Amino acid sequence: MSTAYDEATEGKVYSVNGADWDQVVAGVRDTEDERLVVNMGPQHPSTHGVLRLVLTLDGETVTEARSVIGYLHTGIEKNMEFRTWTQGTTFVTRMDYLSPIFNETAYCLGVEKLLGITDRIPDRAQAIRVLMMELNRISSHLVAMGTFGMELGATTPFLFGYRDREMIMDLFEYITGLRMNHAYIRPGGVSVDLPAGAVDKIGEFLKEMPKRIKDIRKLLDANPVYVRRTKDVGYLDLTGCMALGVTGPILRAAGLPWDLRKSQPYCGYETYEFDVATERGCDVYSRYLVRMKEMEESLKIIEQALDRIAGPLKGEPVMIEDKKIGWPAQLALGPDGFGNSPDHIAHIMGTSMEALIHHFKLVTEGFRVPAGQAYASIESPKGELGAHVVSDGGTRPYRVHFREPSFCNLQAFPAMAEGGQVADVIAAVASIDPVMGGVDR
Amino acid sequence: MTSPDNLPEVPDAQVPDVPQAQEPPVARHGMFGAQDSGDTSGYGGLVVRRQPQLATPRPYGSYFDEIVDSLGLDDAIERVVVDRGELTLHVKRERLVEVSQKLRDDPALRFELSLGVSGVHYPYLTGEELHAVYHLCSITHNRRVRLEVSCPDSDPHIPSTVGVYPGHDWHERETYDFFGIVFDGHPALTRIMMPDDWDGHPQRKDYPLGGIPVEYRGATIPSPDQRRSYS
Repeated sequence: MSTAYDEATEGKVYSVNGADWDQVVAGVRDTEDERLVVNMGPQHPSTHGVLRLVLTLDGETVTEARSVIGYLHTGIEKNMEFRTWTQGTTFVTRMDYLSPIFNETAYCLGVEKLLGITDRIPDRAQAIRVLMMELNRISSHLVAMGTFGMELGATTPFLFGYRDREMIMDLFEYITGLRMNHAYIRPGGVSVDLPAGAVDKIGEFLKEMPKRIKDIRKLLDANPVYVRRTKDVGYLDLTGCMALGVTGPILRAAGLPWDLRKSQPYCGYETYEFDVATERGCDVYSRYLVRMKEMEESLKIIEQALDRIAGPLKGEPVMIEDKKIGWPAQLALGPDGFGNSPDHIAHIMGTSMEALIHHFKLVTEGFRVPAGQAYASIESPKGELGAHVVSDGGTRPYRVHFREPSFCNLQAFPAMAEGGQVADVIAAVASIDPVMGGVDR
Repeated sequence: MTSPDNLPEVPDAQVPDVPQAQEPPVARHGMFGAQDSGDTSGYGGLVVRRQPQLATPRPYGSYFDEIVDSLGLDDAIERVVVDRGELTLHVKRERLVEVSQKLRDDPALRFELSLGVSGVHYPYLTGEELHAVYHLCSITHNRRVRLEVSCPDSDPHIPSTVGVYPGHDWHERETYDFFGIVFDGHPALTRIMMPDDWDGHPQRKDYPLGGIPVEYRGATIPSPDQRRSYS
């Protein structure tokens, strides 16, 4: 990369963004300190994706830590400005690919706020959203714990985590047709009602999962190696969290019971009974405990949501009863995993011209959203996921910006790692649980 | 389309000379983006105007009056907007740091958690094309507020708030990267997502999305920003 810096005026400039490694090394060689600059990533098995860390070491101590991001920037926010509001869900689901349901929900809540239909979303759709989100929270935490174990050198938690996550992936595939990138939550509701048998499958999952969580706890909770690698490591107290805008399990591990599901409920979370997990250690081990506790709490919520879906909300609609917004077809999942609706096709092609027009208009043109801006935020597994949605009154978003918790939390990484041992850098990054798809968007 | 010939002739003198409310500027004409041939859609005469800028008079409702009163910096606030249950304070850019400092530190306000900076580009708002939007959250009082600051394209400078909210470091870099807003006083305002030698600021409205036409079964599908659209 050619540098555009004027060295005469700015002095020697070392940007660590591109292929300028030779310059960085040469620059450090000139100084008298015994410093070692270590580059980690962007391709490194223990940096959770394409994250690059530049560490300055004094012996084994990290004196300076910088993270370089942007390797996975895909322009999702820009792309969304060229698709309809509904199509936007297919983009946002790919941001933080380990918690797709949360991305979709945050976006849809923002759009619904702009449309002014927040109160008109059917209860069944809200219950399904809660159910899916909590399933997703468990799967995200399982990956966080599994990869965490592996990065510290233990492969069994990794195998456990992915094995158990597979149960949730199977459920997602059964319900939405896809293991990831579902585009299941839509403005106005959800795309498909739960297919026949889904309630039973989730019931089986609820019986099995507590055992699996116990297994992981048995493996790690009091494991001396694990505890020594994580306790008092990656310390970030409440003041640091507040200053750096850190939310989610890291904040709760610093002792603050701040959980948007409790403090600013959405999707009817105020009607579910669950506890907010907190710890006081401010360290990596506390964050682990918070995540484990959250998985157990999520199971409680899933159970309550399932009772409602199978009981009082049975047969209720899952999409808003507004012909101008609600997707016209009640899609059914085909054997190939694709959604289709034979009844609906027969209706629009055979009997109702108006229905055909409606379908055509909604699918090709989409709905218009009144001009304005809204901010909707939800508690994702990583922290507060916010969607700042701006409309100019058209059929496409004017601007969508996501307050990605991974992005904000990763910023706190130097505060956790500097002054610690180089081996603890891995533990600190893993405890943040950054997903680069979400960080870079 | 209506041809001017069909209209009844009205002598100029008969038009009553009443002061007309100034209509907001036109956002777009027609539909589908087709300009090359004659209008066959019937939508050619469609005129869509920009939404007027909102400014909410007092009382604002909810806890919003309390926030504005506690802040007590009315001269620093250009206008207050309450829309969809959210409070937006449009702040003069030179007073931004003062306002956010008070929002953070005043015991009655205590917006200790900032949720970052988001940029929006409104090329049609002459003199205030670039906006930086800050979402703040008070954990003490469980409240939210949004600050909005604008700057002209010709002078894209906004004071940095990293001193008040250290977490804005990356957010301001991101907004600089995507919109070209220069945050004065930021410790190291460099690009964060795009490569360092990238030209332009991709999230601006005049920056093309890019893409190539794709051929599928004999038909060519243009890239997303070249397709016909409804708005």
